[in-house]
Amino acid sequence: MTDTPDRRPTPEQLLERVEAEEHFHRRGRLKVFLGYASGVGKTFRMLDEGRRRKMRGADVVIASIQPDPSPQVQELLDGFEVIPPSTALGGPMIDVPAVLRRRPGVCLIDGLAYANPPGSAHPQRWQDVEDLLAAGITVITSINLQFVAERQQQVESIRRKSVDDSVPEAFLRTADEIEVVDAPPEYCVVRAAQGIEGEIADPVLIERQLSELREIALVLAAEVVDHQLESYLRRHGIEQVYGTHERILVCVTPRSNASLMIRRGRRQADRFHGDLHVVYVEQADLSGADRKVMEANLDCARESGAHVEVMPGDDPIDAILEYARRQGITQIFVGHSQRSGWTRHWKANPVERLIMGADGIDVRIFPHETASGTAGNGQEPGT
Amino acid sequence: MSEEQTRHRGRLKIFLGYAAGVGKTYKMLEEARELQRAGHDVAVGYFEPHGRAETIAKLEGLELIARNVVDYRGHKFEEMDTDAILSRHPEICAVDEFPHTNVPGSERTKRWEDVAVLLDAGIDVLTTMNIQHLESLNDQMREITGIQVRETIPDWVVKQASEVVLVDLTPSALLNRLQRGVVYGPEKAQRAMENFFKESTLGALRELALRQTAHEVDVRHADSPQPAHNGAAEVASGANFAPIHEEQERILIHVTEAPATAGLIRRGRRVADYLKADCFAVCVLPSGALADQPAADREALQRHLDFARQLQIETRVLEGKDDALTLVDFARRNGVTQIFLAKPPRQLLPLLQKRQTAMRVVELAKDMQVIIVAERRRAALS
Repeated sequence: MTDTPDRRPTPEQLLERVEAEEHFHRRGRLKVFLGYASGVGKTFRMLDEGRRRKMRGADVVIASIQPDPSPQVQELLDGFEVIPPSTALGGPMIDVPAVLRRRPGVCLIDGLAYANPPGSAHPQRWQDVEDLLAAGITVITSINLQFVAERQQQVESIRRKSVDDSVPEAFLRTADEIEVVDAPPEYCVVRAAQGIEGEIADPVLIERQLSELREIALVLAAEVVDHQLESYLRRHGIEQVYGTHERILVCVTPRSNASLMIRRGRRQADRFHGDLHVVYVEQADLSGADRKVMEANLDCARESGAHVEVMPGDDPIDAILEYARRQGITQIFVGHSQRSGWTRHWKANPVERLIMGADGIDVRIFPHETASGTAGNGQEPGT
Repeated sequence: MSEEQTRHRGRLKIFLGYAAGVGKTYKMLEEARELQRAGHDVAVGYFEPHGRAETIAKLEGLELIARNVVDYRGHKFEEMDTDAILSRHPEICAVDEFPHTNVPGSERTKRWEDVAVLLDAGIDVLTTMNIQHLESLNDQMREITGIQVRETIPDWVVKQASEVVLVDLTPSALLNRLQRGVVYGPEKAQRAMENFFKESTLGALRELALRQTAHEVDVRHADSPQPAHNGAAEVASGANFAPIHEEQERILIHVTEAPATAGLIRRGRRVADYLKADCFAVCVLPSGALADQPAADREALQRHLDFARQLQIETRVLEGKDDALTLVDFARRNGVTQIFLAKPPRQLLPLLQKRQTAMRVVELAKDMQVIIVAERRRAALS
């Protein structure tokens, strides 16, 4: 292969690339063990990983360990060099300067979510970890789901317990690797029951709550993996939709039973732990009343967490298919065509065109009026 | 099943992974040892060492029940000895490779059927499987890996497990193991990395395993008593809508001789599982009898109906000259809310050809949801 001069990168571009490459190689790797409760074995898994790396010749130290280790954990701990936490400001915190001076290849940090005592260089421990990563030290750490900032509302509604220490989900998404430490709730029920002060916890209730937390942890990890997978595919220029993840597209028009379709879409997206998209291809000849109904429906869709898009387009079917392909949609929801007498017509009706045009995508066609009468758009019922 | 039987049936626990080498067997044996230490009577009913030293070491101190040697076409094959396990009757039995197909001539075709026998006898079973063996994900697996997995486990078998535990490992750690020869020998490892064990493939499989485990957790706690406050699902949706009136959905799948039918059945079954819907499959024939069909069609129809029954879908053969009308009429009379049909092939001369059944059902069934299922095809990989 011969390079023509104008295709050769400029010196500036080359420098940029080299710097990006160097940055990638200089920065330490972050690996996170995610569990949904205490007692699933995050610390053990983290230490076991440290032990394996040490056996393969890595220089591994521990910079933080949680109090009262189990005998199993203690046994693993004994094999490691520990950089003791600093207590200069009161509470214990990672001694970042000491770790930087020691310069290990790998640093183990148990409990990523931790609020440093006032006066520390960083208020939160995950920011200390940033410093270590920037210095080229690989960090292996553990975190309990209830400390992921964005999940706290969900967790609190389940555990009715609020937590101060937190780690933003965005930081977890920068992790090079995330691994779920999974176990059925039975192992954690005893620990959880002990964790609730001043109330006698019902083990059945706790088991159910833990089971819900477990589901959230698995879905969070799936989302991080999905994110990593997409960026991997992009980086390698691979145009492939894997369909690992249900993505529902609800197409609304003033004449469709939009509110029912959006609710059904929401329910299915939740059941499949997938995403919901709602699109409306603008029609020029919309009446004021129709426009109002449409706005209300799109607002509802936004509030339910759907990605909403209003698109211009002379041909709604083409616009919808284009959107579906671009977003990796797996299922399209539309209303039944309200025109009758098209059966023998020479031209296919819009729904048929959508069905034939949807490559590898399911099409779900909805009735306009249900038995319970939830048309909700003030329109005359469908044929 | 009577209450008496239910109470005495053994509990099944599945260690689910996304690829060979993630550590399923290791985790299973570790649990077996812990249970033994806690005073339970544990035996290993079947174990596939794959020459992995760390895993083999986990077997130490556990009782291994000898395999049964089966003669097939002059070769000797070793299978799990279900009878021996039954007569030994441990409290808990560890059985590796749940989706395994037994050599012809064995008493049962599938290992999961052997496991069902152990469970029926009141033995608790720990077992292992990979996500690609789950029947309802078969089409997606082909899409992701390019491989048609033949050894599958119907979803209802997995549903019967009291616990599904994910054995997670990052793809890079797995690739690392592969390179170090922990999983396979050097030649096989090289081939594996070029094919199935590509990082993107592993990432996609891992995501599916995580989502499937989340689903298994979800269906299990959905069955347990509801706490007074909001559950995770409601919080997750954050919807401002009035709560949906959760009417019972009934799904009807249209079975034909077309090859797309297998994928259609899987998809319908999967959606029914997620929506907790009833599920039926019917085919419509002019005479109402399979016997009157040409041999090739008859054979394909029979295969599709059998397949549906394997996935615990009730099947029916209906008599009718007009299949769309018959189907929609049956749906209305049986309170069906969703009809699943395969996407019809493109017609070259739509004016001269008969209108396709799927399009006619769409036209006729405007009072219910109609789902046209498109075949999942593997996109070109660069």
